Amino acid sequence: MSLIKAQNITKDYQTEEVVVHALRDVDFEIEPASFVSFVGPSGSGKTTILNLIGCLDKPSSGQLRVADTDVGSLGRKESAAFRGKYLGFIFQDFNLIPVLTVYENIEYPLIMVQNIAPQERKDRISRMLDEVEMANQAHKYPHQISGGQKQRVAVARALVTNPALVLADEPTANLDSQTAYAVIGLMKKMRDDFGTTFIFSTHDTKIVGEAEVIFRLEDGRLTAKETKGGAKS
Amino acid sequence: MMNLFKIALRNLIRYKRRTLLTASLITIGVVFVLVFVSVTGSFKAMMIGQITDSMLGHMQVHRKGFVASIETLPLNLNLKGGAIARLEKLLDAQPEIAAYSPRVKFGGMFSNFTETSSIRLTAIDPEREFRVIPLLPNRLTQGSHDLQPGVILIPELLARGMKVKPGDAVVIVATNADGSVNGKQLVVAGVLESATGPGGKDGYVHMDDARELLRMEDAQVSEYAIRLKDFGNLAAFSKKLDALLAEELNQQGKPVFELHTWEKLSPFFNIARMIDIMTFFIKVMLIAIVLISIMNVMIMAVYERIREIGTIAAIGTLPGKIRSMFIVEGFCMGVVGAIIGDLIGIAVVVIINLLGLHFDFGQQKGMLLKASLMPSDVLIISVIVIIVAVVASLQPAVKASKMEPIEALRHV
Repeated sequence: MSLIKAQNITKDYQTEEVVVHALRDVDFEIEPASFVSFVGPSGSGKTTILNLIGCLDKPSSGQLRVADTDVGSLGRKESAAFRGKYLGFIFQDFNLIPVLTVYENIEYPLIMVQNIAPQERKDRISRMLDEVEMANQAHKYPHQISGGQKQRVAVARALVTNPALVLADEPTANLDSQTAYAVIGLMKKMRDDFGTTFIFSTHDTKIVGEAEVIFRLEDGRLTAKETKGGAKS
Repeated sequence: MMNLFKIALRNLIRYKRRTLLTASLITIGVVFVLVFVSVTGSFKAMMIGQITDSMLGHMQVHRKGFVASIETLPLNLNLKGGAIARLEKLLDAQPEIAAYSPRVKFGGMFSNFTETSSIRLTAIDPEREFRVIPLLPNRLTQGSHDLQPGVILIPELLARGMKVKPGDAVVIVATNADGSVNGKQLVVAGVLESATGPGGKDGYVHMDDARELLRMEDAQVSEYAIRLKDFGNLAAFSKKLDALLAEELNQQGKPVFELHTWEKLSPFFNIARMIDIMTFFIKVMLIAIVLISIMNVMIMAVYERIREIGTIAAIGTLPGKIRSMFIVEGFCMGVVGAIIGDLIGIAVVVIINLLGLHFDFGQQKGMLLKASLMPSDVLIISVIVIIVAVVASLQPAVKASKMEPIEALRHV
């Protein structure tokens, strides 16, 4: 069964003067434990799709089911609860909480979102710190570590809640190419270790090659789906 | 919950200068209010103490209608025989009463044999009276307060104006209830400073002299001055005693007695009320300071952390928790400001007392300012500050919790 199923999704934005069609009749399905990338030029609709999947926005029409839930019908509180339960987020600018240490940033969703018991919390954070190789930086604050390290922490924060799906919008945009590959590699390893589905958007053609499933977008339309090995549809 | 506090405190420390400025503002406000409350409260307590302990007593019982005619000191409204016995029996049965003293009040003429002036006299049983108004002897500026039959304590105004000093003989002339005039020679025992202001012409004579002068065959009493064991119990006890007195009816079925607390008998009560009103407005100013400063800081905090709010909302933090984060921040700032303000305020009060400042009140010169703070004052002011801090955080907190994560994340 698909983890995500989108049927005839459209998303329009009303500006002061015109209606912008961000997505037009988009259909796709994503299987569990996939490593997926949405690619396309700026304004093609990558971020819009990730926002819809992430329950941060609602489609103008069509149906989007994530983890067997019609996310378009969720209210504000339900959306937040759904995100906390099923989703993890990795942001382009890392978006770590500056007043919390590396350890506390990873701990944050376990306390503030999922209310996990202290011992289990400790175990999960230790494991995540080891996985992202940040155990020796655990007590540093975000401003004391590098961009690549910040994104590793962000990956750990996204995965510590055991989400079914991690969404990463341009996760490598603010990283040098070597660090970008390292972060994508880490994400892939996490997918292998935890069976979590990763969906990331990028316009970096080299990074795109790391994805196993690639959806190409142009002007809000899904123009192609490629799977590893060259298969196109 | 602890984590909310941890995050809140770290966010406050994050903007050190702003937090320090806001907390300082709250602290200064709290210190100012505490010092004001302690000084004015002490002034008020001393003023009330002077009035009740050297003149009025805590409360007085009269025959019904006496107070309405008090300017003429009507002897025909004195309590007599049966009424006195009933009232004393009732007062004796009240455990809240420390002491009570019967008085006869009357007007007369005061003569030093060359000049004559009017005088208001209170006839007392000194032993009982001093138990009710223990500060009366303190008002003595010359002579002795030993009020035996045949002597008089005269007001400073008359002593100065008529050049009379302790040991001098004077004559008191008074009209009794029947309208006949009688006079009696007395010796000035002492001179009292006025407790009622510069126009005060109140003197004291022994009850026996008053009976002789006014030709009272039976015991008569114009008023009973009452002292309570606990002055703080005044309102509750006056209500109780008022109800008991209301049951004492005359043959026409009307109340025999009337009860007045010092508040109804002294114009200084208005000063006490003015102090309360000033204190209230000072507290309102404190509330305004806390409200505006905290609200300003929290609005800034929300504005500066829009992306952060977007992040925590995106990863699933419920709106209620986001709201709590900001409210706890305001709460922490209120608590910090209140605690530091309390500590400094208490220290200032201690310093004021160590300095031993003096002030004048009416005829009382060089009274020592004993600033004191009740724990309840500190607690009430602290609670007000903390509640106002939380209220001031509400609007920014609600704004933060209502932010759409997608828009917050886009914020630059």
